[in-house]
Amino acid sequence: MRFRVRLLVSLKEGLLDPQGKAVESALPALGWDNVSDVGVGKYLRFEVEAEGEEAARKQAEQMANRFLTNPVIEDHAILEVERAEPATTGPEGGR
Amino acid sequence: MKPRVAVVTFPGSNDDRDALRAVRLMGGEPVSVWHADQGLAGADAVILPGGFSYGDYLRTGAIARFAPVMDAVRELAAAGGPVLGICNGFQILCEAGLLPGALIRNRGVAFVCRWINVRDERSGDVLPVPIKHGEGQFVGSPDELERIEGDRMVAFRYCSPDGALDDAFNPNGSARGIAGVRNRRGNVLGMMPHPEHAVDPDLGPTGGQHVFEWLLSSARAAVSA
Repeated sequence: MRFRVRLLVSLKEGLLDPQGKAVESALPALGWDNVSDVGVGKYLRFEVEAEGEEAARKQAEQMANRFLTNPVIEDHAILEVERAEPATTGPEGGR
Repeated sequence: MKPRVAVVTFPGSNDDRDALRAVRLMGGEPVSVWHADQGLAGADAVILPGGFSYGDYLRTGAIARFAPVMDAVRELAAAGGPVLGICNGFQILCEAGLLPGALIRNRGVAFVCRWINVRDERSGDVLPVPIKHGEGQFVGSPDELERIEGDRMVAFRYCSPDGALDDAFNPNGSARGIAGVRNRRGNVLGMMPHPEHAVDPDLGPTGGQHVFEWLLSSARAAVSA
């Protein structure tokens, strides 16, 4: 079975986030002067062939800890693990 | 006998040639090694050079750490052989777990490219060396930073021309002004500044010679041990 996994990666609390700060400092110029605490992270998605949802989730967690994130500086959250249609044929394509 | 120093070229390395040249100028025998090689061509020391391996995709150094040659780098490090990571090489060593901490985007967001000074935390020497990086802000958890300080693993800190520590001379916001760290054993060194660009008196300051002297003397000691 194929599962689509969505993974969110963010900088750890307490680490300076220069990208977030840069975005935040640009917002007032566009009139949004009421925004604070901006953070910039990243989003990964992938499909994994696995026995079941639990196995897919477990593998995704291992991948996140060993490679997709650096636990020294980043936190992560698995947003979703869902059954995927066979790759490349779905009308949704590479969303 | 000249110590043999391997310089690893990853896809995206761009300071490998300067590193090879610096080894030669400083009296070593440079040997170029490809990231997909299984060994280090019999080298006594290894340099992971600066650049942008794998386009800095995912995180700086995150993909290069899995290169086939890295097994040999780990073996050399475990045997006490000298390993020097410069800039992207430092990032790779951190990602590989051979050095503590991590490197994130500079405090000021902008890429910095200029001459700065670092203080050797053992000898007190002030070394003029260039930096050129976008992600050179050294960070670690409070516990990790305490451990790094307690075990005297800080190799270099950014400083004023006369060696004073002040945040005004910290070009990227690195924790405690850390520009380079060693492992506890002292044979693995990572640094953001570029010593390989600062060894030739015809081209400017020579603060980098100090680092290559350490690398070559450690390689000689490892060979004769």
